[in-house]
Amino acid sequence: MNHRKFVLTTLGGAALLASTFLSAAEPTKVGFVYVSPVGDAGWTFQHDQGRKQMEAALKGAVTTKFIENVPEGADAERIIRQLAQDGNKIIFTTSFGYMNPTLKVASAFPNVTFFHATGYKQGKNVGIYNARFYEGRYLNGIIAGKMTKTNIAGYVAAFPIPEVMQGINAFTRGMKSVNPKAEVRVIWVNSWFDPGKEREAAMTLISQGADMITHHTDSTAVVQAAEEKHKEKGTWSFSYHSDMSKYGPTAQLSGTTHIWGDFYTKTVKEILDGKWKATNVWGGFKDGMIKLAPINAAVPADVKSYVTKLQADIATGKAHPFAGPVVDQDGKERVAKGKNMSDAELGAMDYYVQGVASTLPKK
Amino acid sequence: MGLTFISSIIFATVVAGTPLIIVALGELVTEKSGVLNLGAEGIMSVGAVVAFAVTHHSGSPMLGILAGMTAGMLMSLLFGISALTLMANQVASGLALSIFGVGLSAFIGKPYESIALASVNPVRIPLLSKIPVLGPALFEQQGLVYFSWFLILAVAWFLYRSKAGLILRAVGESPVSAHSIGYGVVKIRYQAVLFGGAMAGIGGAFLSVFYTPMWVEGMVAGRGWIALSLVVFATWRPGRVMIGAYLFGGCMITQMFVQGSGAKISIPAQFLSSLPYVATILVLVLISRNRSTIRLNSPASLGQPFLPDA
Repeated sequence: MNHRKFVLTTLGGAALLASTFLSAAEPTKVGFVYVSPVGDAGWTFQHDQGRKQMEAALKGAVTTKFIENVPEGADAERIIRQLAQDGNKIIFTTSFGYMNPTLKVASAFPNVTFFHATGYKQGKNVGIYNARFYEGRYLNGIIAGKMTKTNIAGYVAAFPIPEVMQGINAFTRGMKSVNPKAEVRVIWVNSWFDPGKEREAAMTLISQGADMITHHTDSTAVVQAAEEKHKEKGTWSFSYHSDMSKYGPTAQLSGTTHIWGDFYTKTVKEILDGKWKATNVWGGFKDGMIKLAPINAAVPADVKSYVTKLQADIATGKAHPFAGPVVDQDGKERVAKGKNMSDAELGAMDYYVQGVASTLPKK
Repeated sequence: MGLTFISSIIFATVVAGTPLIIVALGELVTEKSGVLNLGAEGIMSVGAVVAFAVTHHSGSPMLGILAGMTAGMLMSLLFGISALTLMANQVASGLALSIFGVGLSAFIGKPYESIALASVNPVRIPLLSKIPVLGPALFEQQGLVYFSWFLILAVAWFLYRSKAGLILRAVGESPVSAHSIGYGVVKIRYQAVLFGGAMAGIGGAFLSVFYTPMWVEGMVAGRGWIALSLVVFATWRPGRVMIGAYLFGGCMITQMFVQGSGAKISIPAQFLSSLPYVATILVLVLISRNRSTIRLNSPASLGQPFLPDA
């Protein structure tokens, strides 16, 4: 880390000097801040894939740099500020907790454009972006509903924030839409990353009869657990963040994969062309910001074609995972028939829909 | 469900408790010699990554365990040099070792992040595994689980029934007296530290090769610290380490089973997750009501450096 920072500072300083002399031909510097190490799968890994894709697509026009494992909080502000001082003209901060530090640094560097992932505060030179992961979850749920024998799906989740709730509810609605007897059970592990706990939670769900499991945590432990139990219990899994078929070659049915590359390329290009205006992007299938992980050959062709068709319908807006009526667990109608849930309502989701068997802990 | 349900709770509890038992027993022996090594988290991390790498390359989990053990001993040797030979502050040396180990393991582990190991088949004990409920829960486990049970007996026997154990405890109680009647205090402490390191290495190997057969940075996730607190919890008694580890594992697993059962119980998951820690504190309070239990068992010279010529 220290070494990297040193190199970064030196390079940055040198580049700054150089850029004053030959500003025209210099490629634009783009910086990324990651909350965890890049690793081999997961949230940060997908952002880094996106960074690489963008750098390759805009070869010669940009150079990129990333700093990984940056804790949310005071350290983040220092790192973001340093990236700005080092001459990065575009900076992507890829974790929710970077929101306030990003805005703070952005006000001090009006000539630098910032992008913050998953937040809700915009600025003149701060754009925000996120993806509609729940669209993929809905389709995963449909596959689960068709494939399950026990009619129970297990869901290992980190924290009850709206983004996670959207995933659980979309998965449940998808599953229920094709299998009225289906129920989804949720275990909260209260950690984004603890492979041991995630695995225990998955094993618990499997031993309690779940034969479809998925997760909203950051390791590959759940997919691996399903792979291990596949022979004995017929367990299948759905990956999240990344395609994890490497870890579940037989048992992974599909998954919801984050794709940031197209968005990064498009946005950076707009800025280079001087066309960018402060944006709030919340993209789904339509924008190519999420993708289904490859569908397992064990899934029957008619299910596959139904999912493919539905994916196209979601992309065009003909179908919506939260099309009314949306009824919550207590029987209260949240969205009336004939209407789709609004983005504001999605962003404030704090309840389970009908079909989730677990009870949400009271606040 | 019924019986299989209970069986799987016990099974998972034992699995969750096993690395804690192994690491805590190693630390217990170290502390009994009067040395406080807070490096368990770091040693476990390095043990985990080395065991994973060796298992991956050799295909043999057994070699992996040995490698994890060796790596743990090397790490604790570092601690020994700084805390015993150079007589640096033990708390500071141990903390440094923890931080260093976590970082070092991330560095060594970079190329291994994308690899998944085949899971190792459990060892079925003939006859015993046929017992209803308890059989599949206790006797269809990984070899290291049986090792952890053996280790409890071995450590208890060593400390309270063998001469070497008596000497080790003497060194921990009063290094000056032990020195004056001719025992090599520093040498004995080195051995205890190395044993502690070896066990922490094996504990790490259990995590990366058996528990979740993969390597990712930070996968030890605080288990080293829990093992350290278990030693105090157990008031330095090997048998109580087991009770503590299973109590801790049991609370964690039970709360998951309650959540996953789909039962209509509305207890905040955060509260359930903190249950193992609450239980630990509660038992600590109960134990501490009787001051003599702690005072009788905690090594008198714990954490104090020993200068042979003094």
